[in-house]
Amino acid sequence: MSDGIKKAFEGGKAFIAFITCGDPDTETTLGAVCAAAENGADIIELGIPFSDPTAEGPVIQGANVRALAGGITTDKVFELVGEIRKRVSIPLVFMTYSNVVFSYGPERFMSLCREKGIDGIILPDLPFEEKDEFMPVCRKYGVALISLIAPTSAGRIGMIAREAEGFLYIVSSLGVTGVRGEIDTDIASMVSVVRENTSVPCAIGFGISTCEQARKMSGYADGVIVGSAIIKLLEKYGKDAPAHIGRFVREMKDAVSAPASEHASEP
Amino acid sequence: MSEKNNKKGRFGIYGGQYIPETLMNAVLELEEAYGHYKNDADFRRELTALLNDYAGRPSELYFAAKMSEKLGGARIYLKREDMNHTGSHKINNVLGQALLAKKMGKTRLIAETGAGQHGVATATAAALMDMECVIFMGREDTKRQALNVYRMKLLGAKVVPVDSGTATLKDAVSEAMREWTSRISDTHYCLGSVMGPHPFPTIVRDFQSVISREAREQILSKEGRLPDAVIACVGGGSNAIGSFYNFINDKDVRLIGCEAAGRGVDTFETAATVNTGRTGIFHGMKSYFCQDEFGQIAPVYSISAGLDYPGVGPEHAYLHDIGRAEYVPVTDDEAVDAFEYISRTEGIIPAIESAHALAYAIKEAPNAAGKIFIVTLSGRGDKDCAAIARYRGEDIYE
Repeated sequence: MSDGIKKAFEGGKAFIAFITCGDPDTETTLGAVCAAAENGADIIELGIPFSDPTAEGPVIQGANVRALAGGITTDKVFELVGEIRKRVSIPLVFMTYSNVVFSYGPERFMSLCREKGIDGIILPDLPFEEKDEFMPVCRKYGVALISLIAPTSAGRIGMIAREAEGFLYIVSSLGVTGVRGEIDTDIASMVSVVRENTSVPCAIGFGISTCEQARKMSGYADGVIVGSAIIKLLEKYGKDAPAHIGRFVREMKDAVSAPASEHASEP
Repeated sequence: MSEKNNKKGRFGIYGGQYIPETLMNAVLELEEAYGHYKNDADFRRELTALLNDYAGRPSELYFAAKMSEKLGGARIYLKREDMNHTGSHKINNVLGQALLAKKMGKTRLIAETGAGQHGVATATAAALMDMECVIFMGREDTKRQALNVYRMKLLGAKVVPVDSGTATLKDAVSEAMREWTSRISDTHYCLGSVMGPHPFPTIVRDFQSVISREAREQILSKEGRLPDAVIACVGGGSNAIGSFYNFINDKDVRLIGCEAAGRGVDTFETAATVNTGRTGIFHGMKSYFCQDEFGQIAPVYSISAGLDYPGVGPEHAYLHDIGRAEYVPVTDDEAVDAFEYISRTEGIIPAIESAHALAYAIKEAPNAAGKIFIVTLSGRGDKDCAAIARYRGEDIYE
């Protein structure tokens, strides 16, 4: 399971791009995913829109609204993944909310994930205490259930890390997703607790939008996740966004691949 | 009965803690603090004093003689939560949570509100206890309930209109949850109903169960026997669970929750969750939700801003599944008729939410000779007068 995810972290710092499916339509999503993959993204996080994304800031909320207004459904997302898989071989992980999986039927959902080539899934409203809701069926179909660690996870990081699969999603700061000027969480100490408890790679997300932030964050961990900054390009350029996303991903990938200037704590 | 199914915050399969990792330590801290203070003699004494001296408890169990006689069947008693300070049952829960938050060292309360009753109650407790207060309210509701917005501001709270989604109660809850993830250390989320992640459904139920604790004693003292039915309106379900709780083990007492059917359960303009929804996971809990085939939460509708919510508390879902409580739909039309009927008949203007429960009682009473009904009048209706006037085609200024 999740061998692909593991490999994605082996060639240096990984860059993970988040794209909401169907924003503004599936054709644009396909173009955006291909552009990201061709320009160095190591993993693509595909958001399945939800009507009430409680962990998202205004930018990704907007993407959800546009995608749902465009008529996206879970069925259409799986069709889209089939199209993406004809052209993209890097790992794909879903990001969505528990009710989307629960409502579709976890068995049906995860079996389609395996059939279509989804490597993992992130459910921000499924904490450690509730992961048995989907863990057995994720295991059955070889879909990594990716856990999150937050700045407020004191006393819980070891417990979460020991059972982590795929990669660990380290939430950089309090609050919801979105662009931030500064990230002042003590991420180095969070990562050090993770390292003591697991060999599963960890990637930092929430609030990373500039090359400088990406470079700095990649110094702490095995990869960075960027969402809102990419969604802003979709918001601005719509159907023409893929080319802009390609350029942006290239810059970010170069930034995380360059040796971190001041935080080169990782070998 | 409910209690033993309450392991890890579950009511049967319902409940749980489906929330972002960022909030987990906050709810665990709350669970621990509540576990401690609920048995703490000083805490209980302080809370009882606040409820009695400040909020005006116990509330009356009033025999609605004229209504009972006119309808010619059941003897109808009204549990007068509308007589509480701030005008609804919401104060019972808010005083409990605010006191708990204070003990936990929190200095700031945030809350969602639909009709504004919970927001007003929270702003009131914050003023009383010297806490900062921010209320999230759907933009649509700030228009429907402008007077309550002013009340909250008058009490020193900041009111944040929410534009996301349908700009109603569910979006106010989402926004309050988002706010909580950004500021946990000094902030308590004072959830207004028996919903959300564990331990909220249990905490809110415990604080609201004062309604049925009093009502049970009062009816035994007035009638010398238990009622045949307890009837309450259900949105998230806090006044209903409070009204039901101490009767759950009295097997012969029917427990009836009245859901807001809006324009009817066969239309899309409804908020009758148990009647039209199905099991799902949202706002921290597993319960019944109005949703489409792909699990997208449905836009719901009711004339009542307080019942206009696409989910229901997990304990209600459980009581429904085991057949202990019944959940019946009541339309806008029926509720408005009841609103006017009881105003004229008993001289009591009920909240439009409570009018849903009254409507069902009015419908059933004629066929229930010899029976005793307790109907919870969860709040007073001053706040609704302008909206009902508009419903009847009369434009008045608030």
